[in-house]
Amino acid sequence: MPALAFALDLATSLDLLAYSPPGWGANLLRGLANSLKIAFGAFGLGLLIGIAGAYGKLYGGPVLRDLLAVYTTVVRAVPELVLILILYFAVTDAVNQLLVALGQPRIQLSGLVAGIAVLGVVQGAYATEVLRGAIQAVPPGQIEAARAYGMPPVMLARRVTLPAMLPFAIPGLANLWLIATKDTALLAIVGFGELTQETRQAAGTTKAYFTFYLAAGALYLMVTLISGTLFRRLEGWARRGQPSLRGTAS
Amino acid sequence: MTGRPAWLAPHRIVMILALAAFVAWSAASLRWSWLPKYAPLAVEGIWRTLWILAVTSVLGFLLAVPLGLAQAVGPWYLAAPAHAFCTVIRGTPLLLQIWLLYYGLGSLFPQFPAIRNSELWPYLRQAWPYAVLALTLSYAGYEGEVMRGAFAGVARGQIEAATAFGMPRLTLFRRIWLPQAVRNVLPTLGGETILQLKATPLVATITIVDIYAVATRVRQDTFIVYEPLLLLALVYMAIAGVIALVFRRFEARVPQRRG
Repeated sequence: MPALAFALDLATSLDLLAYSPPGWGANLLRGLANSLKIAFGAFGLGLLIGIAGAYGKLYGGPVLRDLLAVYTTVVRAVPELVLILILYFAVTDAVNQLLVALGQPRIQLSGLVAGIAVLGVVQGAYATEVLRGAIQAVPPGQIEAARAYGMPPVMLARRVTLPAMLPFAIPGLANLWLIATKDTALLAIVGFGELTQETRQAAGTTKAYFTFYLAAGALYLMVTLISGTLFRRLEGWARRGQPSLRGTAS
Repeated sequence: MTGRPAWLAPHRIVMILALAAFVAWSAASLRWSWLPKYAPLAVEGIWRTLWILAVTSVLGFLLAVPLGLAQAVGPWYLAAPAHAFCTVIRGTPLLLQIWLLYYGLGSLFPQFPAIRNSELWPYLRQAWPYAVLALTLSYAGYEGEVMRGAFAGVARGQIEAATAFGMPRLTLFRRIWLPQAVRNVLPTLGGETILQLKATPLVATITIVDIYAVATRVRQDTFIVYEPLLLLALVYMAIAGVIALVFRRFEARVPQRRG
C-alpha cells in the first residue's frame, strides 16, 4: 500500500517540474544554464593552462618542468572539494587585499567567476597531462619537417603540432569535459546556484526528493550523452584523412 | 647526468629549501593553537575516511567484476542493464547520487512500518549506510567499465589452453581469466582508487564526520580558514601517496615480459 502511495506521489509531483511557478522547472533549467556556463569557462581556461603546461613540460627548462610537475601532482592528489575551498577563500582574499591596497572597497567575488577560476585551475592540471601525451604521440618527423622549412615556433604549433595532436587528445579531453560538467556540482557546497544546489532547494522546499533528484540526474545524463555524440563527431573530423583504426584497436 | 643523484641538481636544492622555508614559516607564524584540542577528532576523522575508502573500494570492485563480465561476454539481457548502469553512474555527479540516496531513500523508508519495525532500522536511520552504498555504486560503475576492457583484453590463447586442459569454468575464471584481467589494469585501478579517495569528502555533506568534516568544524568553531585546509590537503596527499606506493608494489609483482 505505501508503495502505491509512493507511486502516486511521484505521479502527482510531476506537476512540480512544470516550467512556471508553482512548478520548479524554471529553477532547474536556470541551474543547468549556470552549470554549463561554469563548465564551459572552466574547460576553456583548463585548455589554455593545459596547452601552456604541456609545452612547458615538453620544451621548458628543468626549473619550469619541476614546478609544473609539482602543480599537476598536487592538484591531482588533493580532492577537488578541498581545492575549491582553499582557492575560493584564497582568491577572494587576494582580490580584496589588492583592492584595499589600491584604496578600493572590498567586493564579494561572484560565484560564477570564482567557480570558473577554481575549476579551471583543476582542469588545467589534468589537461596538461592529456595534451603532453597527445603532443608526444605526434610523429616527430612531421615536426622536424616543419622545422626544416624554417617555420617559426608559433606557426609550427598552429599549423602542425596542435592540429596533428588533436585526434590523440580528443578522447582525453572528452573525459575532462564530462568531469568539468560533473564537478560543477561541487560548487553547490560553497552555495553557488548551479543545478545541484537548485535541485536541493526545490527538493527541500517541496519534500519531493525523488522527483527532483531524478529530474536533475536526467538533465546531467542528457548533457553527458549529447556531449558524447558531439565529441565522437569531433574526433571523426579531427581524424579525417587518417587511416581508420578500426581492426587494430580491440 | 653526472654521478650525483637527481635531487642534488641546484634548482631542486633551491626548491627543497623553499619548501622547508614555507614549512618553517607556517609552523612559526600561522595559528596552530587549535591543533591539540581537535587532534583526537582529526585522528577519528582520518580513520573514518580510510575505513570508508577501503570498504567501498573492495565492495565496489566485487560488484564491478560481474558488471564487467556481463558487458564483455554476457548475453544482451545482462549486457544491456550493466551498460545502462555504468552510463548512468558515470553520467551524473556523485554528489547528486549521494543526496538522492540519502534524502530520497531516507525520506521513503520511514513511510513503511515494516522497515521501521525491522532489525535494520537502527542502521538505516544513520547516514553511513547511504554513504557506503553511494560510493560503492559509484566505484562499481567506473570500475565496471574498466573491467569490461580488462576481461575482453585477456589473450584468447590463455583461455583456450585452460579449456583444452579440461579446467572447469569456475576454476578457469578464478585461476586464469580474473588474475590476468586484473593485472593488466592495475595502473588504472590505482588511479581510480585515488579518485575514490578524492570522492570521500562528499560524504561530509550528509553529516558523516570524516577528516574533511573535522576541518570544516575547526573553521566554523574558530574562524581559522587556511591552517586546517592546508593540513587537510597534506593528509589527502599523504594518503594518495600511500595508495600509489601500494599499487606500485602490486605492479612490481607482475612479470614484465608480455607475449
